[in-house]
Amino acid sequence: MRWLRRHLIGIIAILVLVYLFVPIAVVGVLSFNSPVGKYNTSWNEFSIDAWTNICGVPGVCSSFVLSIQIGLFATLVATIFGAMIAFALVRYRFRGRDTTNLLIFLPMATPEVVLGSSLLALFLNLAFPLGFWTVLIAHIMFTISFIVVAVKARLQGMDPRLEEASRDLYANPAATFRYVTFPLVLPGILGAALLGFALSFDDFIITFFNAGTLVTFPVYIWGAAQRGIPVQAYALATLVFLVALVFVLVVQWINHRRRRSLEAAVGIST
Amino acid sequence: MATTTSTPVAATSVSTQRRPRTGYLLLLPGIAWLAVFFVVPIITLLITSLQAPVPGRSGVYTLGFEVSNYADALSAYWPQFIRSFVYASIATILALLLAYPLAYFIAFKAGRWRALMLVLVVAPFFASFLLRTYAWRTILSDEGAITSFFNALNLLPDNRILNTPIGVVLGLTYNFLPFMILPLYAALEKIDPRLIEAANDLYARPFTGFRKVIWPLSLPGVVAGTLLTFIPASGDFINARLLGSPSDSMVGTAIQVNFLQFRDYPVASALSFILMAIILTVVFIYIRRAGTEDLV
Repeated sequence: MRWLRRHLIGIIAILVLVYLFVPIAVVGVLSFNSPVGKYNTSWNEFSIDAWTNICGVPGVCSSFVLSIQIGLFATLVATIFGAMIAFALVRYRFRGRDTTNLLIFLPMATPEVVLGSSLLALFLNLAFPLGFWTVLIAHIMFTISFIVVAVKARLQGMDPRLEEASRDLYANPAATFRYVTFPLVLPGILGAALLGFALSFDDFIITFFNAGTLVTFPVYIWGAAQRGIPVQAYALATLVFLVALVFVLVVQWINHRRRRSLEAAVGIST
Repeated sequence: MATTTSTPVAATSVSTQRRPRTGYLLLLPGIAWLAVFFVVPIITLLITSLQAPVPGRSGVYTLGFEVSNYADALSAYWPQFIRSFVYASIATILALLLAYPLAYFIAFKAGRWRALMLVLVVAPFFASFLLRTYAWRTILSDEGAITSFFNALNLLPDNRILNTPIGVVLGLTYNFLPFMILPLYAALEKIDPRLIEAANDLYARPFTGFRKVIWPLSLPGVVAGTLLTFIPASGDFINARLLGSPSDSMVGTAIQVNFLQFRDYPVASALSFILMAIILTVVFIYIRRAGTEDLV
């Protein structure tokens, strides 16, 4: 009983983590299912057909590739724009700072239906054709704010003495930026970019409003739901999840190792 | 969303040495993008919501000042508005109750597992939102273990979870939980662990220490987390569609259907504009009252 009380928070924490992963596990398990009928919602028997023939259903792979393309383009543009804004907010004094902060905050405080429908209202009034470009425009718009917040946190967490030291050693501002500031912020920018990609790749609501006849991976799943989502979609989603998870864990592990060896070199024991 | 109260000294000592023009140039592309593709669309939404139909041509509208669109939208869809805010509120409270122990554990007790646990918290973002929500259909199915368990205890009003408001709220809670955990963790992580020791030393019961020391210091995270959960939950239509019955539809459903199926752009825009106005009002009152203005 005392043991339970001591570890209560830990037990709840683990249970909540498990809760987060239950549906993902279900998706993974169903990717090895051979469903009865067209709906892949309950277990029937083990099969690796979906994995060995992952593009076997028309449209599933093309929509997947399209989502990756849009995700990469949107992330690239939004990361550059967002990182620039973060630098300006943390490192420069200018008039209109409050307005800028508000403009960054508002898209995050607006539900996706409103973001999606308002952009659609604009494109409809301009008679602008819906498709790849409208989706790309939308994705860049809604990821910028998240990237600004992530990069800004990194910049503010940086030790200012490192840049001061660089200046004291007669580095000009460009050299300080190139050799001190940028390498220090880069992990933060890459983390922000990964978040941006995840947001863009998986976005359904905003995309759905502005896609026209364009079919991204989430739009494909939504459309396929009526006639039954193919097992291949489950396999692809599981694949993305595993690749991303392994990628993040490897990055974490490398960071951990590097920090350990740095600390060992300087002689700090932790 | 980090609620930042960090190093103004550091920021100014660097920034004063630089010319503001470079700052404006850095801002320009991103801010211009947001101005053209966020601010202008919101204005367009307002204009569209006041448009009048062209007689004899469905789906075509002209510039107008039809305030009645708003009355039409509200009288037709007020139950959806109420459902949206009720479901989102319950989901937000549930998410807070689930997220707080986890965030607390990661911040103070996880030790060397901290980085790994944070990765696990964001990991669901890498798995498809729609498929995860579909997976709940399997988990909560009428024949499933969870439904049977609660039915055995006679706890379910409709004898099922799927296609009821309970299913919708559970889906909303699940889908937006990481948005609650991360800001809570960010706030808790800033608290000096020695304060907790001091609280434990000073107050007889651990709960008093929590209530008087940790909870107040974690409030910025609570504010950010509840907003980041409540806002997307109140505009969502996926959970209502996949886990609820047609009579559980939310305002997001109404906006989507009117925009994309009925092509009643003015009413859809009015709904969208009302939703945004209500949420922004709630957000600003909430931030004012909580006293944490510095949200971004």
